[in-house]
Amino acid sequence: MTSVEMRQVGKKLPELLLTQEHHMCPGCGEPLALRGYLEAITELGMASRAIGVAGIGCYTSFSMTMDVDLVQALHGRAPSVATGVKRMRPDSIVFTVQGDGDMVNEGLQEVLHTAARGENVTCILLNNGVFGETGGHMTATSVIGQRTKNSLEGRDAQYHGYPILIGDLIARLEGAAYVARGSVHNAGAVARTKRMFKRAFQAQERKEGFTFVEVLTMCPTGWFIPTLEGPDYMNETLGEVHIMGELKVDGVVRTTEELHDENVRKAHEMEQALARGGIDDHHD
Amino acid sequence: MKLMEGSEAIAEAAIAAGCKFFAGYPMTPFTELLEHFARRLPDSGGVCVNAESELEAVGMAWGALAVGERAATGSTGQGLSLMQESFSEITLAELPLVIFNMARGQQDYFQSTRGGGHGDYRHIVLAPMDIGEAVAHTQLAFHLADKWRTPVLVYGDYLLAHVQEAVDVTPMEFAPLPAKDWAVDGTLTGTGDSRIVSPLGFDKAGRPSEGIENHLRAIVAKQDRIAAEEVRVESGFLDDAETVIVAFGPPGKFVKYVVNALRAEGEKIGYVRPITLWPFPYEAVAAASEGVARVGVFELCAGQMIDDVRLGVLGRAPVTFIGGISTDGSGFGVGPLLDVELIRARILALHRDEPMPPLPHNERQF
Repeated sequence: MTSVEMRQVGKKLPELLLTQEHHMCPGCGEPLALRGYLEAITELGMASRAIGVAGIGCYTSFSMTMDVDLVQALHGRAPSVATGVKRMRPDSIVFTVQGDGDMVNEGLQEVLHTAARGENVTCILLNNGVFGETGGHMTATSVIGQRTKNSLEGRDAQYHGYPILIGDLIARLEGAAYVARGSVHNAGAVARTKRMFKRAFQAQERKEGFTFVEVLTMCPTGWFIPTLEGPDYMNETLGEVHIMGELKVDGVVRTTEELHDENVRKAHEMEQALARGGIDDHHD
Repeated sequence: MKLMEGSEAIAEAAIAAGCKFFAGYPMTPFTELLEHFARRLPDSGGVCVNAESELEAVGMAWGALAVGERAATGSTGQGLSLMQESFSEITLAELPLVIFNMARGQQDYFQSTRGGGHGDYRHIVLAPMDIGEAVAHTQLAFHLADKWRTPVLVYGDYLLAHVQEAVDVTPMEFAPLPAKDWAVDGTLTGTGDSRIVSPLGFDKAGRPSEGIENHLRAIVAKQDRIAAEEVRVESGFLDDAETVIVAFGPPGKFVKYVVNALRAEGEKIGYVRPITLWPFPYEAVAAASEGVARVGVFELCAGQMIDDVRLGVLGRAPVTFIGGISTDGSGFGVGPLLDVELIRARILALHRDEPMPPLPHNERQF
């Protein structure tokens, strides 16, 4: 029995968390992202140098639960605050935690300018395509067709405009060193996203420039869907637009369209392999 | 002593006070202050960021303050309008921000003294009358900001920023300050004792949190203590004065000069010059208005401080506005009314109960 309990990830308290209690709704994806970057910091041995800067949204309650020296910023303003922190303490590891409303609506110019300046900070975007804290309103990343409290019939491009793919905007900027888009809709995505956090923090450590990790997180409350449907719904809606993958590594930019084409190609290869009688084990 | 323009002297004074970070966005007549910080801060172990907006400038200063460094930002009143959300919340986060307003005239009195943003906050406002005083006020601003853990604004203008005076910028001595053990540096991350710098009144999980209501009340209680302890004011010739003129900043220096000259001619006129605009010297104004026939207020705007003067006078004497809007063609607040002869004529008209001369017009308007 003990060994089974030990393997239950949810019962393992990350070292940089003061309490397992959080203020999130059932089915929220944000605590999974939180665990990812906190574990990444611990495993990289960066804890005693880590300073967080939090925006305003549901995740603001993490400001109290993270065992991280932290500056609470205003809605949208965390990248500038992180800039001031990092310029004065260049050997620290500085990260922001922001939502899509915070970063892509209110503070779009902040994150773009900070990236363009090549500030050695890591901005983390928890993207659920909705203002969760106010109760489910459209943000700049809400996808076409997404129903929110102020797009009741679904986001209509002609009326509400198009969503912003923030990772693509940042990846094109010279000052950005590493840009990735993760997700927490299943265990594989959680593990892959944690690797993205590690690469971002390592690039910051090497002072390569601005680093950015976006994470798609479930918000069944703000999407008005049953809790358990959150991961699949996200994968099929937001995940089809804000496609998971690395958008900039070692100076090479890959667009979201290219990630999409690659996914289509991989799916096609998978189908062909299955049609031939199965996937070759030795391939991997 | 060295001949310096006001902007340079203020930047030098800030650096002498230990300012390590400045961020700003160009705007007349503040621009030269940013230029001097950009030129001088890197040489003295600091950083000056040419921020892409006023909103980002104040955010950057916020970050530098949170790690325990002395930091400042500034603009004109127009640019400071954009920063007000942060001023309000930085006050609640109890961070010692120093703000320079190189204002366009005196139109920013309300913005400076009322808390230009949301909420119940006020912050200290120092109003130097000349460059020598600006050098002292700049250093005092950093001290008071740290002493009270609250923003302090230094109110200058076009004249203060651009006129040259011979000044001595040597570091001033102040009473010792407590260590900034609240500042974050990352060293307590993962120890269970990590810190949080927040305007929201919350502490880390597991520690007693005062909560937002108590936090807001504590900030207001602190502001009451500041109001009781930090009033600064200069006055002259009040003993037998029949007329008292109230003015601040560089126009206050003009008024002081004119009143001195009129006294030499035997006119029973005195003056009060508020040095802190918040906390306002209500008691000094009340004392000055005792037994006088009239109080005049000279401001280079439509009349804003006059509200505070009236609150101080509380009906002891009639309060009359003798200033006005006066500006150059670009609206930078350098108008023909800032002239000792015109100010003298207006003070004498008030003193003798004669009609007030019309405001002069700037002939060169766009």
